Amino acid sequence: MINTFVGNLGHLMTIVAFVSALVTAYAYIQYFRANEIEKASWRRFSRISFYIHTASTVMIAFSLFEIIYNHRYEYFYAYSHSSKALPVHYMISSFWEGQEGAFILWAFWNVILGVILIHTNKFWEAPVMVVFALVQAFLISMIMGVVIGDLKIGSSPFMLLRDATQAPIFQMNPDFVPEDGTGLNPLLQNIWMVIHPPTLFLGYASTLVPFAFLIGGLVTKRYSEWIRPALPWAIFSAMILGMGIIMGAYWAYVTLNFGGYWNWDPVENAVYVPWLILVASIHTMITFKKSATALKTSIVLVILSFILVLYATFLVRSGVLGDASVHSFTDLGLSGQLLIYMLFFMVIAIFLAAKAWKHIPTSEKEASVYSREFWIFLGAVTLGLMAFQVILPTSIPAWNALVESFGGISNMAPPADQVEFYTKFQLWFAVAIALLTSVGQFFWWQKIDKKALKEALVTPYIVSVLVSAAIIVLAKVYDWKYIIIVLAGTFTIVANSVILAKLLKKSTFKLAGGSLAHIGLGMILIGIMFSSGYSDVISINMSGLTYSNSWEDEMNKEHVLLWINKPTQMKDYTVVYRGRQKKVVGVPEYVPAKILESTGNVNEAIALEDYKDYFKKGDVVNIVLEENDYFKIDYYQNETLKFSLSPMSQFNEGMGGLISSPDSKIYLNRDLYTYVAAMNDYADPDWKEDENYEVAPGEQFHIADFVTYFDGAEVLKEIDGYQLQEGDVAVKAKLRVLDYDVEKTLEPTFIIRNNQVGKLPVIDTELGLKVSLENILPEQNKFVFKVNQYQKDYVVMKAIVKPYINVLWVGTIIMLMGFTVAIFRRFDEFQKMRDKGLE
Amino acid sequence: MKKGHIIGLGIIAIAIVIIMTSIGDASSYESFDTAWEMKEDGDDKAIHVVGQLKKDSAGQVTGLEVGEDKTSFTFLLVDNEGTEQKVYYNEPVPADFQRSEQVVVIGSYREKEIFVADKILMKCPSKYQETDVQAAGM
Repeated sequence: MINTFVGNLGHLMTIVAFVSALVTAYAYIQYFRANEIEKASWRRFSRISFYIHTASTVMIAFSLFEIIYNHRYEYFYAYSHSSKALPVHYMISSFWEGQEGAFILWAFWNVILGVILIHTNKFWEAPVMVVFALVQAFLISMIMGVVIGDLKIGSSPFMLLRDATQAPIFQMNPDFVPEDGTGLNPLLQNIWMVIHPPTLFLGYASTLVPFAFLIGGLVTKRYSEWIRPALPWAIFSAMILGMGIIMGAYWAYVTLNFGGYWNWDPVENAVYVPWLILVASIHTMITFKKSATALKTSIVLVILSFILVLYATFLVRSGVLGDASVHSFTDLGLSGQLLIYMLFFMVIAIFLAAKAWKHIPTSEKEASVYSREFWIFLGAVTLGLMAFQVILPTSIPAWNALVESFGGISNMAPPADQVEFYTKFQLWFAVAIALLTSVGQFFWWQKIDKKALKEALVTPYIVSVLVSAAIIVLAKVYDWKYIIIVLAGTFTIVANSVILAKLLKKSTFKLAGGSLAHIGLGMILIGIMFSSGYSDVISINMSGLTYSNSWEDEMNKEHVLLWINKPTQMKDYTVVYRGRQKKVVGVPEYVPAKILESTGNVNEAIALEDYKDYFKKGDVVNIVLEENDYFKIDYYQNETLKFSLSPMSQFNEGMGGLISSPDSKIYLNRDLYTYVAAMNDYADPDWKEDENYEVAPGEQFHIADFVTYFDGAEVLKEIDGYQLQEGDVAVKAKLRVLDYDVEKTLEPTFIIRNNQVGKLPVIDTELGLKVSLENILPEQNKFVFKVNQYQKDYVVMKAIVKPYINVLWVGTIIMLMGFTVAIFRRFDEFQKMRDKGLE
Repeated sequence: MKKGHIIGLGIIAIAIVIIMTSIGDASSYESFDTAWEMKEDGDDKAIHVVGQLKKDSAGQVTGLEVGEDKTSFTFLLVDNEGTEQKVYYNEPVPADFQRSEQVVVIGSYREKEIFVADKILMKCPSKYQETDVQAAGM
């Protein structure tokens, strides 16, 4: 039976949320304008309206999750993003796999932030909440799914499958409900994908807060006071957005097969750019608080960071990127709506800022080279240039679309080698930033002249040169570019550590945010240099095969073909592929796939053999995501097994194809990263022609390349699954097949009943063999075996060593800690001023 | 000259460098014919060609040849102007390659017979366009 109630509820709540957002905006405008007598009642009304909006937004999210959680595949969203086999935490990922869910998530964070702001502010409530309510109206409109004539507003996630597709089945049976959904993209079946999107969207949502305070400041003519409440939120936003970016990078590293954590893909760039601008704005805002300069720059940067978030959303979700990105985002027809959303706030912000521009206080005096303002301003400029360098080429597809919409032709494409292109700029900008932070921090904490600066910097300088020299020699960094990075990174770490030590001695930990974050930056720089610059592909093909074309020889073959059980040399390791494995509920290790046979039910299998103490032959076991195969790769050194890695791949019919994830061996000083790029498909083998062998018991012979022993045969009293009758004869032959260090027993069976012959062949998918006992020739004491070959199981694999990648991860954690400390300090300042009644 | 002016000029100078290199390093969308003309003119820059895999009358992909060690392959791509070209890719065959509706190859001509792709982008049939809801399990 089709359940239409939840969908209708969700849809109704969407409309309530949209209307209440508009009402809230109107009410807060009235509250803002109202005289003292009416103010209280307008405020109460505005708040109630926003709470209704909050409740309905939460209900939208609840309705959608209910649809996914209860497997309501009559709904398009559940059908196309979820399936029965998914555990609950991946159902959460299903929620935001689609764009509609992502908008709901965004709207959800906005209402949470809105409620917090209502309760932490006095003067700012009205103007800030007007901006919030308007943003919410735009966001909710994205999921409205209202069609007026040719105009389509939003794409509703509560659409029924029969309305979303024209499948013929619905003409026969409109109440048809599919048995199962098409599943969640396997790449998203990862714990980082459960927490990365909410973090990122909280980051997106929170960029609204400083923007809303700024707009409030411009409207109320408090041109500089908005900075105090906005600053902790700007830092919060940068922290969360930064965390979201890092989680995304880490997710890419552990689940995607491109061999790294950052690919300069448009989708990544679209988040990176607003983050850079946000960080720049924090710095200028802090400068303003200290010395009343850089207010105009702060205003521009805060507007820019919010607009860039909207621009990023437009780029990623409008379909304009098309084939420029490896991330597939479908065009839901929202591009016009997204564009209006962005332009609306851009025009308002620019208009308000321009109107207020000449009233905004500026400092006339020129910043001295020995002032912190000067250095921080340089830092902000560098961040701005970094952002500009990335957003410009990322926007090429948008540029093409723009030219084409005016009837022109533009065939510009993004740079062919994106990594090389972006790195050659970003690297040097990052070095400049690192150096600026170390110098800037000294200015920050003490008034300094030329002489004092030299004295302050000389010790960190000497220490960092010595430390760098040690790193360069020990880690063999001989490229001049990388040497400069090591120097800059170490200098940042040492100089900021000196500041940190001084601060901790003199005052509290509360002030340490800046130096902590900058130490993290230095570590990130060094970590990126090592893990990317010195990443080493060790799976260079050394099979010695000659290729047809001479030029092909010049190409590095960066993958190796591993036949099952066959040892292959790979730099310092000998690697052996040992076959496929599955993950079984209650078993902490992977279980060989060959001892499990599917029962036909989802995620359920019957054990064909005992496995350690975990289960016995004949037990029914539960598999965790049965379509996942884990390929066991053993790494040997000096004939001893060092470790095994199990890169994963999933064959998902609903999603159309194979998707694989890497597995890494993590050492303190490096990662060994392994993934499977191609594998044998033995689902539908194409058996070669029959080969017959006549062998006597005890004899040795060859099947294909395998040395095989025919140990003998025995007469069976009973066979699994067959009822033997009086007079039946069943004979089982025992063959031992040797494949390198592995010995396999194959036991084909031969049955005679009433002069009829029955054969039970054995199929070994790993060796690619089908063997049957064809005949028994008693007079010659020989057995006849029929053999069909397919091909041995194999994988094509890539392995990369990534040195010191942990320095990068530790650096990001330290940087995030620095942000966190700063948030507390700045929020504390704001609270004190507010409680004094000053704000 | 004031410091502010020097910084301003510096910013403008760097911005111009950024814009020029962005334009200079930007690739372009070409057809196989124009790509070959570029190669003959001595321009080895990697370019984008959009096309579809060659299919036989039964709709099956033809011309896909996997290297002996399975780490590289060649295939036939028909660009939007209908030109057919053999393309070499130095990677194992991507999993959903044969299902892709559209293939973008980024690379350049090595010789007339072979276009070497450094990177391949595939557009696969979107889940959103799925109209064949399986009747199984009714």
